[in-house]
Amino acid sequence: MIAQTAVLARRNLLHVLSDPEQMVGMTAQPLMFLLLFVYVFGGAISGSTSGYLQFVLPGLLVQGIGFGTTQTAVGLNADFQRGLIDRFRSLPIARSAVVGGRVTADILRTVWTSLVIVGVAVALGFRFHGGLPGAIGAFGLVVALGVALCCLMAYLGVALRSPEAVQTAGFMLILPLTFASSVLVPAASMPGWLQAFVKVNPMTIFADAMRGLMLGGPVATPALRAAAWILALTVGFGALTVSKYRRRA
Amino acid sequence: MVAIRTDYAIRTEQLGKAFGAKRVLDGLDLEVPAGAIFGLLGPNGAGKTTAVRILATLLRPDSGRAFVLGHDVVRQAQQVRAAIGLTGQYAAVDDLISARENLYMIGRLLGQRPQAARGRAGELLAAFGLADAAGVKVKDYSGGMRRRLDLAASLVGEPAVLFLDEPTTGLDLASRNQLWEMIRDLAARGTTVLLTTQYLEEADQLASRIMVIDRGVTVATGTPAELKNLVGGQVLEVRPLRPADTAAAAATLAMLTGTASPVAEGDLLTVQVSDEDMVTEAARSLDAAGIPVSHLAVRLPSLDEAFLAITGHHAEAELTGAGR
Repeated sequence: MIAQTAVLARRNLLHVLSDPEQMVGMTAQPLMFLLLFVYVFGGAISGSTSGYLQFVLPGLLVQGIGFGTTQTAVGLNADFQRGLIDRFRSLPIARSAVVGGRVTADILRTVWTSLVIVGVAVALGFRFHGGLPGAIGAFGLVVALGVALCCLMAYLGVALRSPEAVQTAGFMLILPLTFASSVLVPAASMPGWLQAFVKVNPMTIFADAMRGLMLGGPVATPALRAAAWILALTVGFGALTVSKYRRRA
Repeated sequence: MVAIRTDYAIRTEQLGKAFGAKRVLDGLDLEVPAGAIFGLLGPNGAGKTTAVRILATLLRPDSGRAFVLGHDVVRQAQQVRAAIGLTGQYAAVDDLISARENLYMIGRLLGQRPQAARGRAGELLAAFGLADAAGVKVKDYSGGMRRRLDLAASLVGEPAVLFLDEPTTGLDLASRNQLWEMIRDLAARGTTVLLTTQYLEEADQLASRIMVIDRGVTVATGTPAELKNLVGGQVLEVRPLRPADTAAAAATLAMLTGTASPVAEGDLLTVQVSDEDMVTEAARSLDAAGIPVSHLAVRLPSLDEAFLAITGHHAEAELTGAGR
């Protein structure tokens, strides 16, 4: 089953590697977010662009994973449209390998874009204050969050009918969740009712955990809560996806 | 003791499947001998694709049982999958990678070592005339090339049983003939082929045995020749000299043959007759009615006419109506 997952992950990575436009697009979009937010809003929000860069980079990593994993949903759905799933299902392979291969490839993609963003941010003056353990922890969080959101998106990809519906649903889910959170700005300036939502929003928890790991500061509580969310999303949507995949004819 | 008959490569017993209130298969019995090309012929909506999807383990039957090489398609699905190849109506290949990568991927999924998978991919690409375009992304392929690749993809594991679900739908004539040659070639080397088609000519050309199904039930089984004989007797063809006489000629022929009413195709009338003496009688009756004819002949019925006689409706007429 692991070998089959690897074969299918390779196939999905070939899609990206053989398509320069997609390769550039998936790397350039989060970079664009980074530059726009830091240099357009940075001064107004934090008083200095360098101060905002420190604050926003961990948040943008979380947001980038969110938007990046919508590709999981779209890609899986497209396989159904092309009839390719019928071919896979008529082969003597594990049922979970198709979903597993997609998720594996998308996590590698997510890790790649995250590394590029961090690299550019460091060149622009971002500094780690969490030490090596913090950096390793942040990397682990990128991977784990990638797995969790891929599972969520895989479910959307299998459950919804058309690629357009999948694309819209993924966007409509990630955009408000990442904006109404501590990803881009601290919650303190928001109205009380919104703060109540921001506090329970898992994106806030992920961003706070990422900040704790990359910048130093309180880590234990947000990291534990992030781990709980990640575990719940992965197990819950992983199981839902595989069962829905089995039943979809 | 109930022994599993292994001389049949594919066998179904009272296979039933409904989608909501619509019964698609209503107790289908199918027996396909090993090594044969077996044609499953029927109009759109007859249940052909549903039957193939059940046999290929993509769909569970509601009732009845199905076996491929003696393996139950529900309870021994993985064994069935290891023995079959499937080519559907729409080429199920990955558009975004090359033909070579497609075949390599399937070989690896089937557990072949990298080198063996590469070798098998190369063999198939050469055999299907795709060697020159092996590195090209499939989205840049023509319809005929895609269908050939799709067939190649279903042969990577050298399956003993091959399901071809309307393999030539939408293909041009040259690609169709090329695909027919490949299918004959496979059968000659011992592969059992179950072919579904709504084209009578295709079944006639390829299959050694044909089962006609309509609305989920079997309506006839036999060799192409036997099916043609099912119509009984022969076909009388009449073409009036003056097209204006067509209706009058049809009325005369209807009177003469009693029950059967003639089928008109332009100004050519065809009607089933029980014996050749009817030609003389038809000539006499038409002459008496003052209708000169330019063509008057008897011939064996075509498979299309057999289909009409068996199901009570035209395969092609049903096709255009239900295809929307």
